[in-house]
Amino acid sequence: MLTIADLSLTEGKVTHLSGVSASFQPGTLTTILGRTGAGKTSLMRAIAGLLTPDSGRIALAGSDWTRLPPWRRPVAMVTQQFINYPHLNVRDNVAFPLVRAGVAKPQAAAKAEAALTRVGLASMMDRRPSELSGGQQQRVAIARALVKKAPVLLLDEPFVNLDYKLREAFREDLVELLATETGTTVLYASTEPREALQMGDQIILMAEGRIVQAGLPRTVFAAPASLTAAQVVNDPPINAIPFRQTDTADFGALGQHPLRLPPGTYTLGLRAADIRPGGPHQAEVTLTEVTGSETITHLRLSGQHLVMQEKSVVPRTLGDRLGVTLDLGAGLVFGTDGARVEV
Amino acid sequence: MRTLYLALKYIAILLWSAFVIFPFLWALTTSFKSANGVTGGATWIPWLQYEPSVGGWQALFGGAGGINVVQPFANSLIVTLTASAISITLGTLAAYALSRFSFKFLWMRNADITFFFISQRIMPPIVLAIPFFLMLRTLGLLDSLPGLILVYVALLMPIAVWVMVDFFNGVPRGLDEMAWMDGCDPITTFRRVILPNAVPGLVVAGMFCLIFGWNDFFFAFTLTFTQTQLLPVAIVSLNSSVTPWWALSAAALVSIAPLVVLAFLVERFLSKGGLAGAVR
Repeated sequence: MLTIADLSLTEGKVTHLSGVSASFQPGTLTTILGRTGAGKTSLMRAIAGLLTPDSGRIALAGSDWTRLPPWRRPVAMVTQQFINYPHLNVRDNVAFPLVRAGVAKPQAAAKAEAALTRVGLASMMDRRPSELSGGQQQRVAIARALVKKAPVLLLDEPFVNLDYKLREAFREDLVELLATETGTTVLYASTEPREALQMGDQIILMAEGRIVQAGLPRTVFAAPASLTAAQVVNDPPINAIPFRQTDTADFGALGQHPLRLPPGTYTLGLRAADIRPGGPHQAEVTLTEVTGSETITHLRLSGQHLVMQEKSVVPRTLGDRLGVTLDLGAGLVFGTDGARVEV
Repeated sequence: MRTLYLALKYIAILLWSAFVIFPFLWALTTSFKSANGVTGGATWIPWLQYEPSVGGWQALFGGAGGINVVQPFANSLIVTLTASAISITLGTLAAYALSRFSFKFLWMRNADITFFFISQRIMPPIVLAIPFFLMLRTLGLLDSLPGLILVYVALLMPIAVWVMVDFFNGVPRGLDEMAWMDGCDPITTFRRVILPNAVPGLVVAGMFCLIFGWNDFFFAFTLTFTQTQLLPVAIVSLNSSVTPWWALSAAALVSIAPLVVLAFLVERFLSKGGLAGAVR
């Protein structure tokens, strides 16, 4: 089991990691979800030994890694950039870690060829990385990471620099490939909630260098522990609508909703899919974007910025007036400290 | 319009080629002339315009009134090749360290240390001549090949460091890190990953070192007397009250021959794109 205990790292005034603790079971895929700058890459680099934490401990199966140099850690890593050795052909690129580990060259080449066949590059083994497309280069990097059979595999947004279609295809291929890597602890960093929720056996949400929540993807999505967690795990971002609780929840111009809560000020987290077109509230369209078969519409309603998600392509014009319904009953309630309040 | 453009382009290329090639042609024809042939105006075609003579070439190989360039040529080769090899080896190691690790000495950081190396080439050579002379005298290395090699290393290594620091800065750090992840310690990373990808930089640095080393006259002249003579000093010693243009021309051709061979050898390494495919 890979264990991280109270890992902290600060550079100048920037906090990369702050008291990060987690444990990862062998044979599981954990997705680390967070926005850019949340600390995902720092965490992975610290596990790989490329960053030295200010404090904390990293251990695999009880063996302390914290001060171990990266070349002594049994870790494989694929980064956002497609990094390969330019002076070696594709086969030798993949065989490189095996040769360094003392595997005889013919055996290393055979294993490299098998790994390259698995990632669909059987016909390109004699090419140089510069003769491959971006996607193919990243497949070489993945094959090199897999061929090592390292107990820990770190995938730091490996497909972020590929186009959308290729990313989808690669993601499916990767899940298939990883299914055969029994016993490997896989960490997959992502900025995309949908990807992270689909891929992981467990999910870790990160923000500002901290773990804000960890658990099963379905649980984390259904019951985010805080407003920050809800914002990280939802795409499009969750709408944060402040309200005052007296006898009922008073949303001002948006109306009232019967909620049983102690009196005070709260925030309602309303998913974009819980706002629907057609209804009593007249909103102004401030931005509209079509992603795949969905339409994301940004609205201004009584001074409140809202995002609405529709599962169809709907052409809209900026400045249009649009009647909408807010399903306030589907929202999550958060207190002034950001923690979720059970209703 | 396009035809006119092409015509002008080729005329410009031809003019420039003539400007570059004619000095060589002049040296080549002059090296086969006698005193009469040289003073008889500009002539190019042997037997028709002038009577060819090998006197100039004989003067370089122990002929009457000449010198023997074989030993100075060999000395120049030994000093230049040895000093360049040492400079490139040490300079490349220093440059990699300056590119990858952070150093601090008093107020100086990496950029200051790199500039410190280069600053030695900013000073006029005369400033260095006396210290070098005194140092070599103390070491008993004046007028010797090891002494010259030592001085040339001091002169050439800054060039190697300068070129290679710049080159290594262009090599993505991700490549080093990936090699670490693949089980290479920093020395193996340098040897197995960085150095094979640094060949274009090494060629450029090596070429600069060889050219500067081979062409140096000042230190070869001030730090040697009778025992050790390098080619540039030997060529100058050809001169007398009557300038032997024919022998000087032959000597000029002999002295540039290694550099011409070098240029043809390294030309293919100087093409760009050596690191393509490292990080995309």
